[in-house]
Amino acid sequence: MAGIGGAETTGKKVGWGVLNTVVVIYALIPVLWIASLSFKSPATLADGNFIPREWSLENYKNIFATSEFTRALINSIGIAIIATVIAVVFGTMAAYAIARLDFPGKNLLVGVSLLIAMFPQVSLVSPLFEIERGLGLFDTWPGLILPYITFALPLAIYTLSAFFREIPWELEKAAKMDGATPGQAFRRVIAPLAAPGVFTTAILVFIFCWNDFLFAISLTSTEQSRTVPVALSFFTGSSQFEDPAGRSRRQPWSSRSRSSSSCCSSSAGSSPA
Amino acid sequence: MAEIVLDKVTKRYPDGALAVQEVDLEIADGEFVILVGPSGCGKSTTLNMIAGLEDITDGELRIGGQRVNERAPKDRDIAMVFQSYALYPHMTVKENMAFPLRLAKVDNATVERKVQEAADILDLTQHLDRKPSNLSGGQRQRVAMGRAIVRSPKAFLMDEPLSNLDAKLRVQMRTSVSRLQKQLGTTTVYVTHDQTEAMTLGDRVVVMRGGVVQQIGAPQFLYDQPANLFVAGFIGSPSMNFMPATLENGSLRSVLGDVTLTDRVRQLVEAAEGPREVIMGIRPEHFEDASLVEATALASGGKFTSQVDVLESMGSDKYAYFNLTGEQAASADLQELAADVGSDDVPGEGISLVTRLSSASGAVEGASADIWFDADKVQVFDPSTGRNLTYTER
Ligand SMILES: Nc1ncnc2c1ncn2[C@@H]1O[C@H](COP(=O)(O)OP(=O)(O)OP(=O)(O)O)[C@@H](O)[C@H]1O
Ligand SMILES: [Mg+2]
Repeated sequence: MAGIGGAETTGKKVGWGVLNTVVVIYALIPVLWIASLSFKSPATLADGNFIPREWSLENYKNIFATSEFTRALINSIGIAIIATVIAVVFGTMAAYAIARLDFPGKNLLVGVSLLIAMFPQVSLVSPLFEIERGLGLFDTWPGLILPYITFALPLAIYTLSAFFREIPWELEKAAKMDGATPGQAFRRVIAPLAAPGVFTTAILVFIFCWNDFLFAISLTSTEQSRTVPVALSFFTGSSQFEDPAGRSRRQPWSSRSRSSSSCCSSSAGSSPA
Repeated sequence: MAEIVLDKVTKRYPDGALAVQEVDLEIADGEFVILVGPSGCGKSTTLNMIAGLEDITDGELRIGGQRVNERAPKDRDIAMVFQSYALYPHMTVKENMAFPLRLAKVDNATVERKVQEAADILDLTQHLDRKPSNLSGGQRQRVAMGRAIVRSPKAFLMDEPLSNLDAKLRVQMRTSVSRLQKQLGTTTVYVTHDQTEAMTLGDRVVVMRGGVVQQIGAPQFLYDQPANLFVAGFIGSPSMNFMPATLENGSLRSVLGDVTLTDRVRQLVEAAEGPREVIMGIRPEHFEDASLVEATALASGGKFTSQVDVLESMGSDKYAYFNLTGEQAASADLQELAADVGSDDVPGEGISLVTRLSSASGAVEGASADIWFDADKVQVFDPSTGRNLTYTER
């Protein structure tokens, strides 16, 4: 009996292992491909080999040669972290209230935040552009952080309230009976249980801010606040002869010296976001 | 150690639900008091008000002579055991039990010692480093008890602490809860909807119904002298038999025939000045096989003959069930009791009667049997108010 059971589980393990490997490879191929390209010299870029013939670190040297990319990296990380922290803090409070309390207008609040999440971002780009220019927020960190918070908050509220609903609130009562102040009960009992949910939400929100392209390209014009996805888009055809994708298709936003308003309308038309 | 006094304590929830109405209860130091009643009668609400988890709408709560209405739970020095145990899932058994002491800023050596002591009492020593999710139901229950006893609080509150255990373990834990309470001598308020737990555990039992206290007393007293139909039907298992009856100059006429009341019962009923149309109640053990009863007793009691519907032999006694033709006793109290046990929608034909006979009885299922009942043990109730007309403080 035990032997058969063991064989079965080994068989199962192998099966699952194979399946997992296939899925992981499938998911990673595009990433591996771009990694492989990054080690090729411009001459062998389009030779179609997965493993580069001659390894070169040229591309990496070039990217850090100017401050363009490093600056974008700093902008991206800074903006995403600040937006994440603010969205998660407010999201936690809102989700706590939604999970714990019955107050008038609760469903309205949830509905409105759903509406915001569903609102087509593209339609907001032009008004935001005008507003931010009027307020002097255009091409600044707050100019991106504010819209990110707007769209990340519904996401945070949803995920967090789902997590909070799962916490047995009797534990909070038990902590109070054990002599805890409300603060202690939250810190020592509720917070440790909520932490995984808060981390998950923070990661999701961070990824959302980090990956945003639409707002980043529309609401920035200089290195001062340009984020990584935008900086990357400028790499394409930064000279006619260097093309990381191995093709020489010119993107509408590839010119570096466009006026910001033209950037805005063109990106709105061809946004990948 | 402290006495707990509820002085006309009332709870009205924000949505307007009146959950507890003017409860008066004095719990002496070291006493074990049980709150019992059907679902939704306000037991948990009462307990939560003592704990401080629910605000008191009206009335006063005193612990050790001091008004504590406005005090936070942590300042009342009371420990509570929850139905769900409410163990902290991210802490080990030891950390769970040590938590109240840590909050009280007790030094490490004392924490170690007290947790060890509690673990010894509750037989948890070998589980101290495990997480609650890896424990059995009984072990979790004991951890919850351990967390309550470590800091030697003024009182224990327990809200159906055994209801999540299987029947056998529940009986076992019941004795250990009782032993623990005697050993520690801590004032305890215990909520249950199980009348067996109520009868076996408590020094005194409080029967509640719809937020109102029906009767307070020692278990045996409640059993012998229920104040009304509700208590009579709730306490005791199998429960008391009820049937409509008519009082006629010193005798009771019912489907069980005419029975002459004893002087004691007659005087009580006369003094109570109830109606003539009443509900008569007799407990199963006050019946006996007529052939086993001495002649003198036989003459003074009531007697009827009927076909045995079902006979269950328990070894020590026999339970004989009868189905008598006649109108069922109707009263709001009885309806509520039936609803609580879920038998209200079982279509009942006639009056079903449960009797407990001696094992020597020759009663046979399907055959007719002569049954005697003790006229001195008959209880008489007013159908409209439910009041027990034979009630005496004794
Ligand atoms: N938070 C609340 N808001 C409004 N009404 C409530 C609330 N909690 C309880 N009630 C009502 O108060 C009454 C008493 O409830 P309680 O929980 O005290 O009953 P219980 O006797 O403990 O019942 P059970 O045996 O089912 O636990 C019920 O009618 C219930 O519907
Ligand atoms: Mg309850």
